[in-house]
Amino acid sequence: MLSLKNQAAVAGIGCTEFSKNSGRSELSLASEAVVAAAADAGLPVSEIDGLVSYTLDPTDEIELARSVGAGDLTFYSKINYGGGAAVGVVHQAVMAVATGQAKNVVVYRGMNGRSGQRNGQGVSGEIVTSDLVHWSWYQVYGMVTPGSWIAMIAHKYMHKYGLTAEDLGRVAISQRNYALTNPRAFGYQKPLDMETYLASKMIASPLRLYDFCQESDGACALLITSTERARDLKQKPAVIRGITQASTQGQEQMTSFYRNELESLPEMELAAKRVYAQSGLSPADIDATCLYDAFSSEVIMQLESFGFCGKGEAKDFVRDGNLDIDGRLPNNTHGGLLSEAYIHGLNNVAEGVRLIRGTSTNQPKKAEHVLVSSGVGVPTGAVIFGKD
Amino acid sequence: MSNAVSDTVPSRIKPVLGHDNKWWWDQAAAGQLVIQRCTSCQQLRHPPRPMCNHCQSMDWDYIQASGKGIICSYTVLHHPKFPGYDYPLVIILVDLEEGTRFTSQLIDCDPDAVDFGMAVEMVMQKDADGFQLPVFKLASN
Repeated sequence: MLSLKNQAAVAGIGCTEFSKNSGRSELSLASEAVVAAAADAGLPVSEIDGLVSYTLDPTDEIELARSVGAGDLTFYSKINYGGGAAVGVVHQAVMAVATGQAKNVVVYRGMNGRSGQRNGQGVSGEIVTSDLVHWSWYQVYGMVTPGSWIAMIAHKYMHKYGLTAEDLGRVAISQRNYALTNPRAFGYQKPLDMETYLASKMIASPLRLYDFCQESDGACALLITSTERARDLKQKPAVIRGITQASTQGQEQMTSFYRNELESLPEMELAAKRVYAQSGLSPADIDATCLYDAFSSEVIMQLESFGFCGKGEAKDFVRDGNLDIDGRLPNNTHGGLLSEAYIHGLNNVAEGVRLIRGTSTNQPKKAEHVLVSSGVGVPTGAVIFGKD
Repeated sequence: MSNAVSDTVPSRIKPVLGHDNKWWWDQAAAGQLVIQRCTSCQQLRHPPRPMCNHCQSMDWDYIQASGKGIICSYTVLHHPKFPGYDYPLVIILVDLEEGTRFTSQLIDCDPDAVDFGMAVEMVMQKDADGFQLPVFKLASN
């Protein structure tokens, strides 16, 4: 079997400004980010021969290709399941590069997530598909938003392990502290303290306003090529040591409520097992993370999924300040989805690359290996980046 | 133009109805909370699906649930407020005594008084527009 370990690397990253009202099309945003990723790598746009995005992205690959002047495409695809696609798109690109289907694949996500289609407003539809039948079991009772679905799992976890509101607040505040120095971030120069956190309005108990991610306009893109080729390009390669998608038994989109145990994330445990096996690394080798954080509770639960602490111990891990810059595991050093922007997780992958390059606005002392995960509560994935 | 009731009173989002779930909502409309059962291996399953994921049989019937269960988890929804629902809205996961789990609403209960492990029982609620769905209230004993 062909191993994906060290076959490919991220050679370029590009992001637009993140805002609450971009005033332009998603095609415009995505085009800017893709061109920026190619320029960052020092590669002509015409050398792009593969494009991958999310099924939820409004910009099709050929629209993007015509817009930016990409070359002939020999690989294009889209990945389903919302933010679960953030690693999935990179996975597609790595497989395409490793098997020679394309040389330079760009993955992108461009959205008007605040001024246009707001994911936080929930789902609706008229055509009968198995997916819509699935959502309808919840919509009919008024359970329409991502916050409501995640709250059900978060509450059960809190009840079992004694996680407190302050613990959730610690995650939100830790990430806001990172955002304070990141000019791209919504939370740039906007401090958050525990008193403000606890006083913020309850949205879907136990989740308060600051447990929710941003709604943002903007785009991100990453250029993936072979590790060998990446060495000849402009930036230090962020080599992919291990990458996988993961969906497990009883998986639903956001509402995997019918498993025996609700206090864990089996799909993240599967992703963990696979990326550690592929890379030959263990949790002890991971210096920093960008754990998907549409909601603060998701960070808590993933600390256990990826083996950074034992089951039920994430609260202690967080209370000890381990997610902060001088802690054991600096996490979402750009502010994450909670405090930088919500570009469906692809901005977290971009930060993973910056950490390997050493260019984060909050660069930890050590970042030899960085783990990034995609959407929580959905079919998802994880990637481990390493230095060349 | 839709019917007069929905023009004046906002109503809840109705389920899309297809082969795999319409039969279940037909039972709710008839006042019954039912659980799908594989007639090959007798496994109960919810939400309904066309195939048994234990034995791959596509033969099934259903049983009537007692309506008794225990709160497995819950959330109280405050924002955003959708037309057709009353807030704060208490949503519960109920472990039905038959063994399947069901997502529903808890009615007639102070949101601050809800807790894990509470016993609940089903009530068939009829909306102003005539739509029926199973909801729960705290068990009377």
